[in-house]
Amino acid sequence: MNKKVEHPIRKVMIICAKANLEDVYAALVMANGAVMEGIEAKVFFTFFGLDAITKKRMKNLHTATVGNPGMRMPNGMAFPTLLGAMPGVEAGVSAMMRSQMDKLDIPPVDEFLDLITAGGGEIYACKLAVEMFKLKKEDFTEHVKDIITIGQFYELAAGEGTQIIFT
Amino acid sequence: MTQRTYAGIAVDVNDEGYFTQSSVWTPEIAKAVATEEGIDLTDRHIAVLNFIREKTAKGEALSLRSIGKSGIVDAKQFYELFPGAPLKKASRIAGIAKPSSCV
Repeated sequence: MNKKVEHPIRKVMIICAKANLEDVYAALVMANGAVMEGIEAKVFFTFFGLDAITKKRMKNLHTATVGNPGMRMPNGMAFPTLLGAMPGVEAGVSAMMRSQMDKLDIPPVDEFLDLITAGGGEIYACKLAVEMFKLKKEDFTEHVKDIITIGQFYELAAGEGTQIIFT
Repeated sequence: MTQRTYAGIAVDVNDEGYFTQSSVWTPEIAKAVATEEGIDLTDRHIAVLNFIREKTAKGEALSLRSIGKSGIVDAKQFYELFPGAPLKKASRIAGIAKPSSCV
């Protein structure tokens, strides 16, 4: 007799180490999606990912227009590297992406963090990276619950049904 | 498809318990579904459910964000009213299909 045993995910620990718009959003969408499903979610921002929770930078995240093979012109043609390198192009493309996302009801970073924390999701900054970039607690958005070590991160991950996800 | 009886009325639901026809919905039926979800419906709940139903009737996509901006509740209050998986629970109680939104 085979009895189907279910192993639901109870907690996700999401690590975001990059500042690209798409990498940050991958982490935020997954965290918010988890909270919406009643799954506990904790997001750990480290290295360049700290930009997403740094007050001065979080509203102006960019997607790379150089060195990004997925980048296309609006007509589907390849995006010329030299065009991507011109001043203002990366900012313009990033602004366009943000407006496209807004149309799909994907909120800006600060509002997304509002939604995640409203549902009980928690936001953490990596202590090592914070020291490396010489940042302070007050440089971060108020959504950040704490600045923690990787050891504390693993302590928070403890329990059955936890998944650790690196975006 | 199965049938369940809520507030004395037989309702067609799918395997996950979502209504297949939202037109049969009444606030009394909602109260019975909510009890199943462990929620005691208040006027505040009903206001949110009506908002969800109106938005769905207009063919607009439902998202946590849009409910948070409804002016009825903010996101945090929405989580408090329908604890756990708010969008799914509220959709089931509102007698509409399972939400397909990612945000």
